[in-house]
Amino acid sequence: MNFSTNSLFLYVVAACIIVFVLAQSTFFLVRAYRRGKQLGLTAKQLRKTVISTAVFTIAPAISFLVGIVTLSKFLGIPLPWIRMSVIGAITYELPAATSTANALNVSLSEMITDPKVYSAIAWVMTLGIIPSIILPPFLMKPLRNGVIKLQNRDQKWSDLFMTSMFLGMISAFLGMVFADVRSGLVGWIPIFVLLFSAALMGICGILIKKCNMKWLETYAMAISMVGAMVFAVVITPVIGG
Amino acid sequence: MRDYMKDTDRYGKIWIWTAAVLILMVPVAICVYYDAWPEMTAVFKGLLGVAPIYWTVGLIEVITYTPMLGVGGTYLAFVTGNLTSLKAPSALSAMENAEVKPGSEEGEVVSTIAIATSSIVTTLVLAAGVGVLWLVTPLLDSPVLKPAFDNILPALFGGLGVVYISKNWKLSVAPIVFMVVLFLAVPSLAGSVGVLVPVGVLIALGAARIMYKKGWV
Repeated sequence: MNFSTNSLFLYVVAACIIVFVLAQSTFFLVRAYRRGKQLGLTAKQLRKTVISTAVFTIAPAISFLVGIVTLSKFLGIPLPWIRMSVIGAITYELPAATSTANALNVSLSEMITDPKVYSAIAWVMTLGIIPSIILPPFLMKPLRNGVIKLQNRDQKWSDLFMTSMFLGMISAFLGMVFADVRSGLVGWIPIFVLLFSAALMGICGILIKKCNMKWLETYAMAISMVGAMVFAVVITPVIGG
Repeated sequence: MRDYMKDTDRYGKIWIWTAAVLILMVPVAICVYYDAWPEMTAVFKGLLGVAPIYWTVGLIEVITYTPMLGVGGTYLAFVTGNLTSLKAPSALSAMENAEVKPGSEEGEVVSTIAIATSSIVTTLVLAAGVGVLWLVTPLLDSPVLKPAFDNILPALFGGLGVVYISKNWKLSVAPIVFMVVLFLAVPSLAGSVGVLVPVGVLIALGAARIMYKKGWV
C-alpha cells in the first residue's frame, strides 16, 4: 500500500473520529438542555449559554487551526486534525512528535514518507494522552462524593471551596503573563494584552449595568478576548516584539 | 447521586470508554492498513520523552477539574481536550453568566451545555478550516497575526479574571500574589502552567479556609 500522510484512508479515519466527537457532544448537550428546563432554567437562559459559549469559542478554535497548520508540515492534515479534535493541544502534540522523531533519528523539517515513523508518532501521541481519558471513570465517584459531602456538611464553605478552585486556576494564568517581564518592554506585551482584555470587560460590565444593555452579556467575553487579540496585533510591532 | 446525575455518570462512562477504544484504534488502523508496525523501542523511547510529564499532568487535571466541571462536563471535556485554554473557562464563564453555583445540579447542567457547545463549535471550525486549509494557511502563518495567537491566554483570562476577581477579590489576593511572585522569580515555569494550576488551587483553598474561619468572607 502506497503511503501518504494525506491519503483518503487517513481522512476517512479522521472523519469517523470527528463524527464521534460531534455525536458525544450533541448527546450531552441535548440531555443537559432538557434537564435544565426541568430544573426551571428558562429557554432564554439556556439559549444564552449556548450562543455566548459558541461566540466565545470561535477565536480559540481558530488558534487550534494554527496547531493543525504547524503539525501538517510533517504529518499531513488528517492526523493533526484528529489530534486537535480529541484531547489535543499543540503543546502536547508537538513535543510528542519531536520526541519520537528524535528517538528514530529523523527530521521533522519535511513531510514524513516512512509509514513506520508515522505510525510510531501516532502511537506516542495516543499513548501520551490516554490517561486523561481512562482516569475520569475511576476517579469520578470519589471526587463527586467528596463534593456532595462538602455541600451537605457546610453549604457556605462548599460555595467558597468551588469559587477558590476557579480562582486558583485563573491565578495560575494571570501569574504566567509576568514570566517574561525581565526581557524588557517586549515581555510586557502579555500584561498589556491582559489589562486591555480586563478593561474591555470592565467597559462591557458598565454598559450592561449602567446603560441596561443586557444583550451585551452574551458577547462580553468574546468582545474582550477578540478585542485584546487585535490589540496584541497592533502593539507588538509598535513595541518591537 | 440523583437520577440525572447517575444516568449522566453511566452514559459518560460508556462514551468515554468508547472514545478510549476509538482513539487507540487510530494508530492500530494506520499500522494494519499500511502494514507499518513501528519498533516497540522507538515508541518506548518517544514515550519516555513525554509520558512521565503528560501522565502526571493528566492525573492532576482529572483531580483538579472534575469538581469544577461536573460529571457530564468532565466526561466530555476529557475527550475533546483543550481543557485549560477553552473548556474550563467556557464552563466558568457560562455558570457565572447564568448565575448558577458550580457543584449544584444547575451548575452541572450549565457547565455541560457550555462544554458541549464549545466542543461542537471547535470541531466544526476545525473541520471547516481543514476544508479550506490551502486558503487559510498563509493567513494563519502570517507574522502579522502571530501576536494575536501568541496572546490568546492573556486575552482570555484578562476578561474572565475581571469578572471573577471583582466578585471575590478577597479570595483572589493570595493565589494571584503567589503566582505573580512565583513567575517573576522562576520565569521558566511558564511552560508548565498546567502543573501549577493545582498549586494555585491549593493556595486559594488554604487562604479561603483561613479567611472563612476568621469570618472575613
